[in-house]
Amino acid sequence: MLVVAAGLVAALVMVPLGYVVWFTWSLGPVETWELLARPRVGVLLRNTAVLLVGVVAVSTTVGVACAWLVERSDLPLRGLWHVLFVAPLAIPAFVNSYGWVSLTPAVQSYGGAVLVVSLSYLPLVYLPTVAALRTLDPALEEVAHSLGHDRWRTFRTVVLRGIRPGVLGGALLVGLHVLAEFGALQMLRFPTFTTAIYDHYRSAFNSAPANVLASVLVLGCVGLLVAELWLRGDVALWRVGSGATRAVPRVRLGRMRPVALLGAAGLVALSLGVPVSSLVRWLLVGSSTAFPLGELAATTATTAGLGLAAAALTTVMALPVVWLAVRHRGRWATLFERAAFGAHALPGIVVGLALVAVSIRTVQPLYQTVPLLLLGYAILFLPRAIVSIRSSLEHAQPVLEDVARSLGEPPARVLVRVVLPLLRNGLGAGAALVFLAVSTELTATLLLSPIGTSTLATAFWSHSTSLAYGAAAPYALLLIALSIPATWLLSRQVQRGATR
Amino acid sequence: MHALRPRLAGLAAAALTLPLLAACGGEEEPSLVIYNAQHEELIDVVAEEFTKKTGIEVQLRNGSDLELANQIVTEGKDSPADVFLTENSPAMTLVDSKNLFTELDQSTLDRIPEQFRPDDGQWTGFAARSTVMVYNDEVVEESELPTSIMELAEPEWEGRISFSPTGADFQAIVSAVLATQGPEATREWLAGLKRNGTVYDGNNVVLQSVNAGEKDAGVIYHYYWYRDQEEAGENSDDSRLHFFGGKDPGAFISVSGAGVLASSDDKTDAQKFVDYLVSEDGQQVIADSYALEYTLNPEVDLGRDVKPLTELDPPAVDVSDLNGPEVVEMMQEAGFL
Repeated sequence: MLVVAAGLVAALVMVPLGYVVWFTWSLGPVETWELLARPRVGVLLRNTAVLLVGVVAVSTTVGVACAWLVERSDLPLRGLWHVLFVAPLAIPAFVNSYGWVSLTPAVQSYGGAVLVVSLSYLPLVYLPTVAALRTLDPALEEVAHSLGHDRWRTFRTVVLRGIRPGVLGGALLVGLHVLAEFGALQMLRFPTFTTAIYDHYRSAFNSAPANVLASVLVLGCVGLLVAELWLRGDVALWRVGSGATRAVPRVRLGRMRPVALLGAAGLVALSLGVPVSSLVRWLLVGSSTAFPLGELAATTATTAGLGLAAAALTTVMALPVVWLAVRHRGRWATLFERAAFGAHALPGIVVGLALVAVSIRTVQPLYQTVPLLLLGYAILFLPRAIVSIRSSLEHAQPVLEDVARSLGEPPARVLVRVVLPLLRNGLGAGAALVFLAVSTELTATLLLSPIGTSTLATAFWSHSTSLAYGAAAPYALLLIALSIPATWLLSRQVQRGATR
Repeated sequence: MHALRPRLAGLAAAALTLPLLAACGGEEEPSLVIYNAQHEELIDVVAEEFTKKTGIEVQLRNGSDLELANQIVTEGKDSPADVFLTENSPAMTLVDSKNLFTELDQSTLDRIPEQFRPDDGQWTGFAARSTVMVYNDEVVEESELPTSIMELAEPEWEGRISFSPTGADFQAIVSAVLATQGPEATREWLAGLKRNGTVYDGNNVVLQSVNAGEKDAGVIYHYYWYRDQEEAGENSDDSRLHFFGGKDPGAFISVSGAGVLASSDDKTDAQKFVDYLVSEDGQQVIADSYALEYTLNPEVDLGRDVKPLTELDPPAVDVSDLNGPEVVEMMQEAGFL
């Protein structure tokens, strides 16, 4: 039954992907080749690749460094820094870019794109790394020490190895986001495959080249998935008992302390200070600034409702996939899990139109209703839930389930009383990440929502495209405010894990 | 942990029921469904006035030309839309090319001058924007201003101009150049622009870059500048507009279109809406709004210190002829797409 459930989820997620591949296939090899063998495609390929490498490298390095500072050094005010490092999650990438672009046009370059996109996606690496550092038993490091390894070598061989699944999962999410990012890169004027796909829809109004380019993105996505699988290896990380829960000796920063503090403060100024101050400035100078309270409240409620429902649905869909992948390792399990990532690298417009095409022909009464919209969200954001739940399940001991079952507990009760509590950190984190993504989602919402639905993201988009930045600012600020509980939940999840 | 479970369950239950309740709300009475790619703020006001006058309820699905035109084509005959409104005409042409529109009433068509609607009568223009050159008046002397948009491809403008070629906006301009100057001149012009100019994404970015002095001049639509003036002037106070006029392709006027879908289950009301949109009342609502786009019914005057439509002297270009595959091909060749 587990296999059926996981297979069903994988099949659902493959719908948009299948549509794109089918479309490209139906064009025939000659036309496909003509659309691909253009100088512009070469430029896009190079741009996408260098941006991907740049952003993944920067956000992974900085994310791991921040996690290490908060978890393993004697940096002052660590609790505060932790919250501040997670907080950029509450600011959508396109709002962040908007803030940067209105500060300086200098960010409209390769360097700028890497900087701004990395700042937005950094928490996706930081969070799982912190979680992994906290679950790592210090005894392992002590053993390494006692065997004569110095601190650096211990870090490389024991710590890095232990946190590798977390870091890689985060890096994978960042990579997939870069492939599919549109709003931010459009504002930063950095053309990639995804922005080119939008351009094709916008200019030629022709879906053939767009679908061909999307197929290239699918290949890129497959590359990332295989690379992550290969780098992660197949190490079982769970162990029986949580060991002695005790504080890990923290590394004294000494003279480096002011440098670390300055670096952390600088990072926060860049990732939070710039976008928030630019929104506040627009509130003050824009003549269109208004606070239609009823509309703001209704829009916020709709966004929250959709976000919560999608978070619940996505988490439930992720469970069988993760369970199969971790507890029943094998070719099918891996295939299902990887398949779930498929739609994540596709731009919203491609996924949205594919869902339009398929749903209006197969389940027409459901077209443009909430259930179908939620399913669309789940297809788009399943990987966020999978990555989070997976890192929890990797560390949960299968022995406990066996014990519960041997004591005569029926499977359903084992699930509720043993498994879910063990996974609650991952479930909470996954749901929170999905909530954040849904509340900022734009294209699929525009295409698939019931008519008349207005979310904070669509309202911000609508006002900012009509250049009424003052009117747009309250929606962006509300979007940030709405995301704070989820962000707080994410940062607290990890902290609670440590004191358990 | 035990305290946590009921809380989570409650949350999940709330999460699942809330949107369902919301979905049950508005389904009872059939109302007119408009797929709207024009600015939401503008059509909201027009729709409200329409409902006041006729009692017909209107629901808007908002998006961009690209999303909604492709969505309608993808939906085909199952489309829930009754009326489609766009910012630029190419999106209308796309839907028209798939035979998804039905002909508009002749009395509706008669309200708008022929130059702003296609010959087949499948849709009509209801608002328009003019191409303009925006320039930084600290750097560019008035005597330097070109008389034709074709001059921007000449060496004296090297490194000084910016434009946004990826939007449907710019391609409409290229279509105008093609229609008035022929393919050879258009190719040369595109190559010259590529050499001289910087590509930005979005007319507002072009405006910003010119106003900030990064670029000396740019090609945009008129209302970006006028609206920024009404907002705070932050991106336009250091720049001025230059209208080409003289039937130059640079004086091209792009129209926003309205059409009734053949798949509509309420064509009578849909026709009424489009008729209202181009009637004196509807056009006056547009003229009084923040939009600052030109109204097309000759009975209504935009005013507001915007250079009048009658003084623009645009080139004669068929609105249904924009963005043909030839234009896209040329732009791909020049490396803009």
